[in-house]
Amino acid sequence: MAPLLEPNAGFKFDNAKRNQLLSDKGYMVPTATKTGTTIVGLIYKDGVVLGADTRATNGSIVADKNCRKIHYLAPNMYCCGAGTAADTDFTTSMISSQLALHSLNTGRDARVVTAMTMLKQYLFRYQGHIGAALVLGGYDVMGPHLFTIYPHGSTDKLPYVTMGSGSLAAMSVFESSWRPELSREEAVEMVKDAIEAGIFNDLGSGSNVDVCIITKDNVEYIRGYSQPNERVPKEQSYRFAPGTTEFIATAPAATANDAAAMDVS
Amino acid sequence: MEFGLQLNERPMEAPREAHGHNHWNPYVDTGGTSLAIAGEDFVLVASDTRQSDGYNINTRYDSKAFELSNKTVLALSICSADGKRLYEILEQRAQLYFHKHDKPIGTEALAQLLSNTLYSRRMFPYYVFPILAGVKADGKGVAYSYDALGNMKDVTHIAYGSAAALVQPFLDSQVGFANQRNADPNRQLTRDQAMRIAIDAFTGSTERDIYTGDWLEIFVVDATGVHKEVRELKHD
Repeated sequence: MAPLLEPNAGFKFDNAKRNQLLSDKGYMVPTATKTGTTIVGLIYKDGVVLGADTRATNGSIVADKNCRKIHYLAPNMYCCGAGTAADTDFTTSMISSQLALHSLNTGRDARVVTAMTMLKQYLFRYQGHIGAALVLGGYDVMGPHLFTIYPHGSTDKLPYVTMGSGSLAAMSVFESSWRPELSREEAVEMVKDAIEAGIFNDLGSGSNVDVCIITKDNVEYIRGYSQPNERVPKEQSYRFAPGTTEFIATAPAATANDAAAMDVS
Repeated sequence: MEFGLQLNERPMEAPREAHGHNHWNPYVDTGGTSLAIAGEDFVLVASDTRQSDGYNINTRYDSKAFELSNKTVLALSICSADGKRLYEILEQRAQLYFHKHDKPIGTEALAQLLSNTLYSRRMFPYYVFPILAGVKADGKGVAYSYDALGNMKDVTHIAYGSAAALVQPFLDSQVGFANQRNADPNRQLTRDQAMRIAIDAFTGSTERDIYTGDWLEIFVVDATGVHKEVRELKHD
């Protein structure tokens, strides 16, 4: 009979029942870092512009003031992530690796629909338990493409999209300003305005604006394209004088002579 | 001694509705932070003005601290509506006191009145954590902190609200000189020092607490009256 082998990949559900019991008895389950986020994308005359804010939260506390939410997928494709930070990080990096192998096998740049299909099939398999809400943008042989992918695996193909907790604020900018055949400058400015609408009106979003402009054969990734929330200087210094630290006992510090001479032969 | 009600604990079970699985809850947490620092002959009260619900901002300017007299300021945290109603009641009682006794009500009397008012609603409390600060009859600065049921304590420094867990340890260190070997525990802060600490407490909490921000109202109360200052905080 074949030996029972531990699976070496995928999720393990061995502890699911135990964890439910602990949670029912009031044990605090660890909480995930969420990117209560504003992410957007739009299609313009020559390509796609993606945008994201940079705040990551853990409950009501800001966990990271300048995190990266526009992830690399392939040389011609980037993907904004909202939702559970770990899920967006791991999902995009795994799909990125599969896309790299796919390009090597085919000898071509991967198509954006390919990435979209791989992402939706992966997310659907986990029935929404992988909390990744994505905005996928890229440029391939068929031209510019823009998709949203929801945690349960559904997708939309639209000329302008927003996602995350700031999606309504950001969409209000697109709905009032977007039109076909925008110039590059107009497109980047509109993405900046949409993200800033999220930053200022949604408490889950904040800090800076990152943008990524994808055109035929070129990508421009600008970290901190807009920085409207610089910290003001502190009113005074909070350096403590040497010797401030409380202690309850003193002991002579060990010196090299105290220890037995080390054998260095 | 333990406070009857903790900040993160739902104060009471709301009545269950006949249909549906969401019970209606009369209590709302509208966020924001307040602090007070008492000095020798003054007291400082500071509150931010953001009023929020979940991830939404209801308004960027909703005052949480109010002048009750020319020697007393009241700061309310957690539920904006309950805070305003409580302020109205105390304001009316202060007026009645003035007309009855032909002199303004003192800080100590207001402090006890606030405690009694809160406890009168023991079974359906106001969802507020008040700080009452002012100068006493002897001219000394004082701050009283309360829980929602009326438990009162006079303190040298206190922080309440959504960033209380961030600000209170900072005040313990910078106002109370806690856990510092060489610090003189009797050292008193000057007005300028208290002001700088209050401002840094709020710019710092604005960085890390999503519910604190927009504008900062600072009240300094001393023998000459109440002096108010407004500063801008970040809006993200």
